[in-house]
Amino acid sequence: MNASVGIVSAQRAFFDTPLTFKSGAVLPRYELMYETYGALNADKSNAILICHALSGHHHVAGFYTDNEKNIGWWDNMVGPGKPIDTEKFFVIGLNNLGGCHGSTGPSSVDPQTGKPYGANFPVITVDDWVESQARLATLLGITQFAAVIGGSLGGMQAMQWALSYPERVRHVLAIASAPHLTAQNIAFNDVARSAILTDPDFHNGDFYQYGVVPTRGLRLARMLGHITYLSDDAMADKFGRELRSGKLNFNFDIEFQIESYLRYQGDKFAAYFDANTYLLMTKALDYFDPARELDGNLNRAFAAAKAKFLVVSFTTDWRFSPGRSREIVHALLHNKLDVSYAEISSQHGHDSFLMDDDQYFAVMRNYLNNVAAECSR
Amino acid sequence: MNTTIIQARPDFAAIAAWIPQGSSVLDLGCGDGSLLRYLRETRQVRGYGVEISDENISACISNNVNVIQNDLESGIADFEKDSFDFVILSQTLQATRHTEALMKEIVRVGREGIVSFPNFGYWKNRLQVLTGNMPVSDELPYQWYDTPNVHLCTLDDFEFLCAHLQIRILGRHVMTDGKDVHMMPNLLGSTAVYRFRLHV
Repeated sequence: MNASVGIVSAQRAFFDTPLTFKSGAVLPRYELMYETYGALNADKSNAILICHALSGHHHVAGFYTDNEKNIGWWDNMVGPGKPIDTEKFFVIGLNNLGGCHGSTGPSSVDPQTGKPYGANFPVITVDDWVESQARLATLLGITQFAAVIGGSLGGMQAMQWALSYPERVRHVLAIASAPHLTAQNIAFNDVARSAILTDPDFHNGDFYQYGVVPTRGLRLARMLGHITYLSDDAMADKFGRELRSGKLNFNFDIEFQIESYLRYQGDKFAAYFDANTYLLMTKALDYFDPARELDGNLNRAFAAAKAKFLVVSFTTDWRFSPGRSREIVHALLHNKLDVSYAEISSQHGHDSFLMDDDQYFAVMRNYLNNVAAECSR
Repeated sequence: MNTTIIQARPDFAAIAAWIPQGSSVLDLGCGDGSLLRYLRETRQVRGYGVEISDENISACISNNVNVIQNDLESGIADFEKDSFDFVILSQTLQATRHTEALMKEIVRVGREGIVSFPNFGYWKNRLQVLTGNMPVSDELPYQWYDTPNVHLCTLDDFEFLCAHLQIRILGRHVMTDGKDVHMMPNLLGSTAVYRFRLHV
């Protein structure tokens, strides 16, 4: 049950067909980093694509030979005998275009200039990601996914798959997601971006050539993000008003445990994540709105979809609340599409989608068992 | 599987008998999805269930039945007018809080409603009340202090509510121990299944 896919290694796919972004910008060539687990069956019907959220990447499960502690970000969910069962499915994880884990992104060198793209990397949308993912699928010989699965921003990509390529995905699992961000949600992203944009080390996105990193901005952005990913109750349970030294020091050093936790998370993140990628990811979140060109009518947006859906939300998730998932369900019902919706009672806020939970895992496992039964052996 | 389900829930067969092939069905309080699965396998229905319990949600998904996790009384508001051929409420009416409002919702969302419930007027229930106790039986297996049933009724009571709500009864199937009851159903029937629609 708790087996790992074991040692994995990342692969790199090259694309030299220009990709035209929704913005009109064109990327003449690019690379995508990806990993695969399990085996593709003879008729290539058992492939699952995992779409990552804001800070995710291609390393979804297993670990690396040179670093056994570098375990995939969804290793609890993906593996032999796990809900996304690698004994039944051929699972693909990739680092999205614009990312900072090996796929072409702002920190990559632009062959036309010999310098990192930096601020010149185009603003990318969820639609653009799906386009690039579809090309990766084609390269791997997959014409139709058994399922596309994602949490949060990953759920948006999974939904967009059903809209952009209705014939190429049989099941969409949209977890802790939303049909579009609310004003409050965009506001959080704006504060996070402002922290980065106003960091003197940001240099309008071209900080690479100055040999600096806008660490302060990134750290603040991540601290803010973390607050919104946790629930009030989870924070109270984990940290309460606990003081690091057990007493008040009457200064502005780190005193409460929650401060210590947030700064630790911020520092850790700022040490490896690219500031420009953070800006792009939050913009993709803000822009996602499949109903935008249809007078805000989500029912019409989902009219193109053919996939079957599993929608999952978590009771204490206030950043992507259950109400937002019910909007998705409502539009799917309107279009008479197959959909199941589970609202998981969980303490952990938005982060719940990454955590172990018996009910959440039972729902995922049972749903995917049926998906597996549809695939030929 | 089908035979065991029908033995365990004779009202399922009665419900299925009214549902033409290929209908669309909403099952409120669908439990583990057995009825929807039965209707899919025998009637090729396109169906959804509404269910609140975690255990039943994972069971429905395991049964390959569409299920929406929600309270059935508030959850039905998410469905559009006339969006289903049938809205089914099987052995749950007596446990609903806003029963009258729910009946109105059933005939709003469904072109027809099908409701099954234990008949409180069944003679064994009457006898227990007569001897001074709240009825406890196969259909009403709870003690008064732990029962989820807050709105028990007799066949006559239900028909009165339908008349009051301008709901026309299209069919009635009364059973005791899985056998049809035709004589004095309000006294001799332990379970009733009704089919109805809005009187227009």
